[in-house]
Amino acid sequence: MKKLINYTPSRSNAILLGLLPFALLIVLYMISSDARLAINPSDKILPSFSSMGEAMYRMAFTPSRRTGDYVFWQDTLSSLMRLGSGVLIAASIGLFLGLMTGALPLLTASLSPLLTVISLVPPLALLPILFIAVGLGETSKITLIAIGITPFIARDIQRRVQEIPSEQLVKAQTLGASTSQILIRVLLPQILPKLIDAVRLSLGAGWLFLIAAEAISSTDGLGYRIFLVRRYLSMDVILPYVAWITLLAFLVDYLLGRLNRRLFPWSLEARS
Amino acid sequence: MSQLEAKQAAKTMIQAKKLGKRYGQDVILERIDIDVKEGEFVTLVGASGCGKSTFLKMLLGIETATDGELLLDGKPVPNEPGSDRGIVFQQYSVFPHMTVLENVVAAKGFEKRSISGYLFGKEKALAKQEASDILQQVGLSHALNRYPHELSGGMKQRLAIAQAIICKPRILLLDEPFGALDPGIRADMHTLVLDLWQKHKLTIFMVTHDLKEGFHLGTRLWVFDKLRHDPHAPNAYGASITYDLPVGHAPAPLYEEIDQRIRPVFDPSKDTTDDTTENAL
Repeated sequence: MKKLINYTPSRSNAILLGLLPFALLIVLYMISSDARLAINPSDKILPSFSSMGEAMYRMAFTPSRRTGDYVFWQDTLSSLMRLGSGVLIAASIGLFLGLMTGALPLLTASLSPLLTVISLVPPLALLPILFIAVGLGETSKITLIAIGITPFIARDIQRRVQEIPSEQLVKAQTLGASTSQILIRVLLPQILPKLIDAVRLSLGAGWLFLIAAEAISSTDGLGYRIFLVRRYLSMDVILPYVAWITLLAFLVDYLLGRLNRRLFPWSLEARS
Repeated sequence: MSQLEAKQAAKTMIQAKKLGKRYGQDVILERIDIDVKEGEFVTLVGASGCGKSTFLKMLLGIETATDGELLLDGKPVPNEPGSDRGIVFQQYSVFPHMTVLENVVAAKGFEKRSISGYLFGKEKALAKQEASDILQQVGLSHALNRYPHELSGGMKQRLAIAQAIICKPRILLLDEPFGALDPGIRADMHTLVLDLWQKHKLTIFMVTHDLKEGFHLGTRLWVFDKLRHDPHAPNAYGASITYDLPVGHAPAPLYEEIDQRIRPVFDPSKDTTDDTTENAL
């Protein structure tokens, strides 16, 4: 008999094995939900899939009586806009800071300690300051996301720039390259796939800051909605919303991975 | 010694005067006095850690002398790399994000004094033409649109050489360029380098681990070794150039003798112990 360590599932079996825990969780939920609903038909804690479907149909396909919006899509759009703007700002600033501090030792020396300290400040602790400084509107939420993930991206990019073999920098100089030419033609293109990777890694934190900011002060958004309906114990709305947020997070991550492979066929990140 | 007199009469390009290099207490190189004329092809051999790469780095401008001086045309070698001194390293010498053609065209772009080094229009077409010519010379014209990760080790080195050559350096520095290649491919590369050396009138310095390579390639062989040795303080004395031989005129027994002197370090097991002590220090 082969040792356990040598058993590898075939491709199709691997997919089935991967789906199994999901199926088990769903079955477990259905059993528990049925059990609770059998005792108390108006139980709200573990709603049946059909009541979740009804609730979502109401949120997504019937206009709100108060505003006339389709609440679910409006929430999704607002949240994605905030997350997208915040991440875009963070990626731009992070790329610039990381590239500069990674490539120029003078800037490394003067900015690295500051960057380290800033990255240690818990971003959520800054939220009250942001509310006071820029008000309760969109700006504070986008700023929170940007402040939250910029230090991570900047430090990651800085490290990645420093990992590029110094032979390449020497070589470029022997070909007559100036500092700006090395930055633009040697370092920047090689760093872009790593920037996308850094963004993928920081999206989890991005969602956290988004939902926290929306929960505290907002009038729409996915995070706002789940914290709002919590007052009515509306698990039939909360659970599908959480699943939807998870799906969005997965899709964004997947698309960024595809983008990396498409744009940078030469990079190690894209090939692996 | 009429040959020697002729050598002294000709214009000296590189000159080392009592050149030395030390890191703190550790002496790497000491008392190096040499003259190199334009057009010479010097190979540098020696045990690992004997400072031959350090010497090359001083020529390149990424290491500076701590004793004596190293002159290029009578002036100290600039303390940063420049386009008059081309380099080919053992690896990482090409840009992984550019195709073969782009790698060489980029070298043309760097020559231009612009912020980004990108070329446009007519300039770009010209650079492409010139790059294709050079790539033809090194035998890469069939792989113009491939990325470096799709090339073999030998092809990568050909590309690195093409890149260096297109900038028309006066001096070409080769740091164990063929160390990772198969013997057959290495022979091809030797032919290529000799060919380019004559065609482009280069002055070449090549560091190698392979004594045979040193004995058969180029015009001059330097052996780096320690003249003095203190067993209680292995780093108290640095290496110097112990043999400076015209290639092709060296008697066979001398080859044996040098081979004997540096062979123990070529032994792989010895090599690793050597490296660990180096790191520990």
